[in-house]
Amino acid sequence: MRLQRPGFTLDVALALPARGITALAGPSGCGKTTVLRALAGLERASGRVAVGGEVWQDDAARRFVPVHQRPLGYVIQEAALFPHLDVRGNLHYGRKRSEVESNRVALDGVIELLGIGHTQARRTAALSGGERQRVAIARALATGPRLLLMDEPLAALDAERKAEILPYLERLHRELALPVVYVTHAMDEVARLADHLVLMRDGRVEAAGPLVELMARTDLRLSRQDDAGVVLEAQVVEHDPTHGMTRIGFHGSTLWVGEAAAPPGARVRARVLARDVSVARQRPGETSILNVLPVVLESIQRERATALLLLRVDGGTLASEWTLLARITSRSVDALALKPGDALHAQIKGVAMM
Amino acid sequence: MSGAEFTAIRLTAELAALTTVLLLIIGTPIAWWLARTRSRLKPLWSAVVALPIVLPPSVLGFYLLLLMGPFGPVGRFTESLGIGRLPFTFGGLVVASVLYSMPFVVQPLQQAFEAVPERMLEAAATLRASPWDRFFSVALPLARPGFVTASVLGFAHTVGEFGVVLMIGGNIPGQTRVLSVAIYDHVEAGEFGAAHRLSAGMVAFALVVLVTLYVINRPLRDDAATAR
Repeated sequence: MRLQRPGFTLDVALALPARGITALAGPSGCGKTTVLRALAGLERASGRVAVGGEVWQDDAARRFVPVHQRPLGYVIQEAALFPHLDVRGNLHYGRKRSEVESNRVALDGVIELLGIGHTQARRTAALSGGERQRVAIARALATGPRLLLMDEPLAALDAERKAEILPYLERLHRELALPVVYVTHAMDEVARLADHLVLMRDGRVEAAGPLVELMARTDLRLSRQDDAGVVLEAQVVEHDPTHGMTRIGFHGSTLWVGEAAAPPGARVRARVLARDVSVARQRPGETSILNVLPVVLESIQRERATALLLLRVDGGTLASEWTLLARITSRSVDALALKPGDALHAQIKGVAMM
Repeated sequence: MSGAEFTAIRLTAELAALTTVLLLIIGTPIAWWLARTRSRLKPLWSAVVALPIVLPPSVLGFYLLLLMGPFGPVGRFTESLGIGRLPFTFGGLVVASVLYSMPFVVQPLQQAFEAVPERMLEAAATLRASPWDRFFSVALPLARPGFVTASVLGFAHTVGEFGVVLMIGGNIPGQTRVLSVAIYDHVEAGEFGAAHRLSAGMVAFALVVLVTLYVINRPLRDDAATAR
């Protein structure tokens, strides 16, 4: 799709996966919201939009399905609940206008999924910020959409409210087979929720692909951010209740992390920030750091004061290979005379469970 | 109170009610267009709607008289339809009142429509509401305070008109002799007692209406104002 505005050109060609959460991330003004609005038909870009075999827009065929005839859900930062209706009225607004599609989802299930059963008869003005957003999401889901579009749904909320909603979004991700396009500039939301990542910049796609791959690349602007780091899709191995810790396994390696609520065998997502990884030539003898892995240095990206290392964790076989990012000082690179191919030990100071 | 005075009050109420209803019907699309348009002609049309606020009623009355008279285009049209001429009839008064009170209905409606957030209409669109549906199910309810204000102001302003009535309607009892004209007659004839009765009634009426308006007409709170 293409769009011309004074001082801004959008030119995007994207094929998004039909399942999972695709995050559309980038700095403000990069056009991510415009892409989402054009997908919904709220904005008229030129080009073609097709969702799961259904063509919503095709300029070549002079086809443009108006917004209200597209089976989608749309959630924005401000929730935009209708103030003249109570919560129930809001939930039913879209539902009764989409009878055929909404038959596919049970309203009770949606209400339960988002934990808003207690709010039904309330006026929207009586809801907390987190509840408003959950009602807005439920209102969109209740129409039985084939695509859910979310535009910074958590941006207006403080950290506490955000933490309140994220588990609901994860449930939605787990329990519904609904493709979601999620616009955000917050990398912590991306790392936690997304399966696929589209990075945008100046109206163009900088990179697109599976989240885990993109987060481990050193050639993107992403890797220069302070919160750069890899995401691991790991499995719970065992719990150590005495010390309040959990061991997770990932491609043959294991890591100790803060106690996770999930039972052994469950899939969990963890994030290792580059700034929490350091390297040593010898395996450190006595150290307080629990997670030390043998790695091979793949490449060094130097900036002035810091350098980003791409490390290959070698489990012996090709399938057990994975990558880590480490940010260390340029001074240390020189002091250790690091060069690609070196065998090192990565010390991981912290692993964040998502 | 005399029968003539009752007739004048009834006539005034009928005129104001009919005018208000017509204005809500005509004024709503005009106000919606003015509130949502990005046309460069918007200032011109806003000015045309606002003209009766600025113009002396006699100017409006004079031109309406010309237009609706036997040599005016409207007059010829109504005669060709077999309705006859509008000046000095109740119908003529209604037409004049609609034009004269137009800004008092259109402007509150326009402000109310402008205050309807675009994101509410977009949310309705993504919830499968067609443009008409969005207007009736979201824009109208959210603009409700504007409709109350517009109705009250339109009604009250029509009750209070004098100059246009005199130019277009004259002073025919039961036909065009409305309250303001009746008061004028009483004063002319030196019947200050009768003039007082009607005038004091008008003051009380206006006060009650406006107080009621300010009490009941609190706007619905929008979510952006209350979120967080």
